[in-house]
Amino acid sequence: MERVAESPLATYQAHLEKGELAYQWSPEAQRAVFYPRVICPFTGSDRLEWRVSAGLGTVYATTVVHPAREGAPYNVALIDCDEGFRLMSRVEDLAPEAVRIGMRVRFRVHRPGGDDPAYPVFVPAESR
Amino acid sequence: MDGLQRGSAAIVGVAESDLGAVAQEMSPIDLMAQGIHRALADCGLRLSDVDGLLCATAQSRTSGLALAEYLGISPAYVDTTILGGSSFMFHVAHAQAALQLGLCKVAVIAYGSTQRTIGRRHASVREYNPYETPFRPFLPSTAYALAASRHMHQYGTTREQLAAVAVAAREWALLNPGAWEKKPLTIAEVLSARMISYPFTVRDCCLVTDGGGAVIMTTAERARSLKKPPVYVLGCGQAITHANISSMPDLTVTGALASGRAAYAMAGLGPKDIDVVELYDAFTINTILFLEDLGFCPKGEGGSFVADGRIAPKGRLPVNTNGGGLSYCHPGMYGLFLLIEATRQLRRECGARQVADCNTAIAHGNGGVLSSQSTVILGTAAAV
Repeated sequence: MERVAESPLATYQAHLEKGELAYQWSPEAQRAVFYPRVICPFTGSDRLEWRVSAGLGTVYATTVVHPAREGAPYNVALIDCDEGFRLMSRVEDLAPEAVRIGMRVRFRVHRPGGDDPAYPVFVPAESR
Repeated sequence: MDGLQRGSAAIVGVAESDLGAVAQEMSPIDLMAQGIHRALADCGLRLSDVDGLLCATAQSRTSGLALAEYLGISPAYVDTTILGGSSFMFHVAHAQAALQLGLCKVAVIAYGSTQRTIGRRHASVREYNPYETPFRPFLPSTAYALAASRHMHQYGTTREQLAAVAVAAREWALLNPGAWEKKPLTIAEVLSARMISYPFTVRDCCLVTDGGGAVIMTTAERARSLKKPPVYVLGCGQAITHANISSMPDLTVTGALASGRAAYAMAGLGPKDIDVVELYDAFTINTILFLEDLGFCPKGEGGSFVADGRIAPKGRLPVNTNGGGLSYCHPGMYGLFLLIEATRQLRRECGARQVADCNTAIAHGNGGVLSSQSTVILGTAAAV
């Protein structure tokens, strides 16, 4: 058996550090796989290829979290990427309650700074 | 479920432990033991009769060990399946299987939580998920809010319709002396309460209380010689669809569709045959989703179904007759209390909130973030 040299999360994170949103492709299932794994949840196969998303998607579900103590309300959304995978994220560059289901959005890498890893956020697709 | 025989086992004893805000330094195992003591008294069995032990709590990693030691028993059969709030419906199916096979003769299902006393953060520590945690979802509320957003978008469900679920639960709770909430609630009060995760205000969300309890099961044959009328297990079904909300296939369709179908098939019953409906209402959207997925109304029509008091006392369909997780009690994993209430309804022990002429009940458990669904259909001797 071949030892895994780099965890699925580490590969995903390395792509994000380069400003890319990566996902896996299962050639046997002919489907995108997300979150990244060592085996495909549709076939059980360990044949999974890495691909980089074009970064375009649609808001599938959205909410605004209102912190109990301090801090402004913020958006949490589920985004359906055009390649056929869904992820949790948030939509930025507009008021959190203005985020609408069906809205077209584009990926942008968010670098929180310090030791915190980069993560994917989205902005309205038409904005620059 | 294939292999389980309709009516082969029965619930014979039920009890809550202390509820609400329990005494300082009480442990979840204290509450399990208290519930077991009371449930044994309810059916006339003794601790020495118990040879099957099923339990779950977020506050003890090896609760089966802790509880067996505490009780001073060495059970022949142990099951500590933990899949969130629906765990206890899974336990019913597992206990029935064990009783059928003779792995044990008397099975106890127990729960305890002190989440209100020690704080929810300490009672149920969230695991870090690199694909969700950075976005700071306020879990579980945010996950259910996302499902509600989708239901509102697809079917036009309104915040007022969600609020009607909370108001109906409160009306039932006012008929239950054991309920945490004691004051009436209006739609306007639900809508204007503190926002948690849109569209939910704090009144769309379950209570945070302490509590526990126990359910005692034995074979149908032995059940008939005990103190109270047996409540037979007619059907069981289960489904797991995901763990995290970002992996739920369709946020408007839950695993209750599959778990309900399996339970109905085993029971030989359909939704029209059910007299009492107990659904896991961690959030107001739950009741709507489960009414749809368990076949009480068509998909998408749950919002209008619950409006105008249809599921409230004096409504056409009695739902969550104890006041539910929204107004009666919700100590973290609530499923056991649905089984307790369904049993008491079928035994006609419910006083002011008693549903007339009921012989069948459905107790539907939900776990995680709509992740695990487990349905149990119960019936009196007349329904077997």
